[in-house]
Amino acid sequence: MRVSRAERTGNYVILIAFAVFALTPILTVLGAALGPDDAAGGVTSGGVLGLHPGNFGQAWDIGHFGSYLRTSLLVSTTVVVVSLVLSILAGYALGTMRFRGATVVFYLFLLGIMMPSEAVLVPLYYDLRALGLTDTVWAVVLPQVAQSVAFGTFWMRAYFRSSSRALVEAARLDGASTWRILWQVLVPLARPAVVTLTVLVFMWTWNEFLIPLVMVTSENLRTAPLGLAFFQGQYTQGFTLLAAGACIVATPVVLLYVFLQRHFIAGMLEGAVRE
Amino acid sequence: MATPSGPPGEPRRIAWLYLLPAFLVYAAFLLYPLGRAVQISFYDWNGNTLATWAGLSNYADVVTDPALRASFGHALVLMLFYAVLPTVIGLGLAAILNRAKVRGLAFFRTVVFLPQVVAMVVIAVAWRRMYAPDGTVNDLLGAIGLDSLTRGWLGDYTAALPAVGFIGTWFEIGLVTVLLLAGMGRIPGELYEAARLDGAGPFREFFAVTLPSVRGEISVALTLTVIAALRTFDLVYVTTRGGPGTSTSVPSFEVYNRAFQQGRVGSAAAIAVVLTLIIFAISFGITRIAERDDR
Repeated sequence: MRVSRAERTGNYVILIAFAVFALTPILTVLGAALGPDDAAGGVTSGGVLGLHPGNFGQAWDIGHFGSYLRTSLLVSTTVVVVSLVLSILAGYALGTMRFRGATVVFYLFLLGIMMPSEAVLVPLYYDLRALGLTDTVWAVVLPQVAQSVAFGTFWMRAYFRSSSRALVEAARLDGASTWRILWQVLVPLARPAVVTLTVLVFMWTWNEFLIPLVMVTSENLRTAPLGLAFFQGQYTQGFTLLAAGACIVATPVVLLYVFLQRHFIAGMLEGAVRE
Repeated sequence: MATPSGPPGEPRRIAWLYLLPAFLVYAAFLLYPLGRAVQISFYDWNGNTLATWAGLSNYADVVTDPALRASFGHALVLMLFYAVLPTVIGLGLAAILNRAKVRGLAFFRTVVFLPQVVAMVVIAVAWRRMYAPDGTVNDLLGAIGLDSLTRGWLGDYTAALPAVGFIGTWFEIGLVTVLLLAGMGRIPGELYEAARLDGAGPFREFFAVTLPSVRGEISVALTLTVIAALRTFDLVYVTTRGGPGTSTSVPSFEVYNRAFQQGRVGSAAAIAVVLTLIIFAISFGITRIAERDDR
């Protein structure tokens, strides 16, 4: 569309203004993390070009972020792998096979996408406690697998439904079993959908706060966001190391976003629309 | 048993085998607990001793208990900040950006969408700093001569709730704008050309062409953001813990507080069930709209 020069300039101003607005809180934290440690009375030692990357090391030690990141990595990887496999299997059934009850099952899964964790966590905590399962990695992993499977089944079903029926039928006429059709014909073609699902589930699991907050009491099972929240409550000597900790917690997902942003944006928007 | 029609040889019963693992985990960790939540909501239970039947009293509390009523009221205020403001701003922003194809749009999208992928706890830490008495927000107010407005935002009884809400506005603008930009990008150019031939200016163009074409996207944006407002927990937990007083307590926070701090598990379950029903109702509305648009 043709627009005047003035309007174009105005657009750039608006564009930049909103970009700055979106970035300000994030850059405030990054700036504080790289600045001189305010808990050390602003003593500037060990700075590189006025920056102080040593803060990250200090936060890492004082805030035990090594342990939190390890737990988060374990939890996220488990949730991603398990829910991916289960979602592919279930999405395959719902997307390519016709059977009685398929619609009911589909709507049941749909319910799970909308279900807020607050609702299920209350009984889940007390039931798992009765079984002696709270304060284990399973109490953090399994509820999140269930949530991710609800979305993942829905996501993979949509993909498999849109994939070529002719291809599936040709493979079946060749005598391929349903299992082989799935893993050797459909899944290789589904790579973009699988990558999107992977990054979404990884992000949701990494960033999840309420489930580990409720389920876990021992420190070595705290995930990164939970650890950060505790660090904020306990470390009150200044903002520098807290900011450094916040950066450490945010970095894995942000890095992934920088490289795979299309998957993030498309996944979150399409997933939302289809919900 | 009557089987549905389909090509012969098509697999049917084996489908259940593929479904089973996912369904088992899902049923055990979401469906069953939801049923249990409904059950618990009819009891008075402190989480340890024997529960006593309470009938509907926990649900009556949602309507009559002033603290609970207030928390749902706070959620309504948050909806204004999470849903209405970002949608209005996002509409303007996307319409402006859609008119002129400026360079750097892809980069802009990446930047404004960034808050969506950052853990809410990190966002809360960042904004606590922004709102601190010596933080960025007060610095900015001071710089433009509004020193009288400066305060410790999150510790102020009247300012805390809007301050928390504004974090939601900041957080959701990117999502809404990117969603609307995608919708506006699909509007055929001929519609605008026709409007211009009729002598429509930018504003008439917006109300006659742009706005009606993105109705679907607007309802999706509103649904997502309203639900996000209703589900606010992390942000409140880390920034204010519901305070000062109870001025920023929200339903999700009340669920947590009652179930795990105050030992009022039945009441917590009732709030959770009400919250779930509201969210189901809103989500169901959107599914209907999305399906209608598909046809």
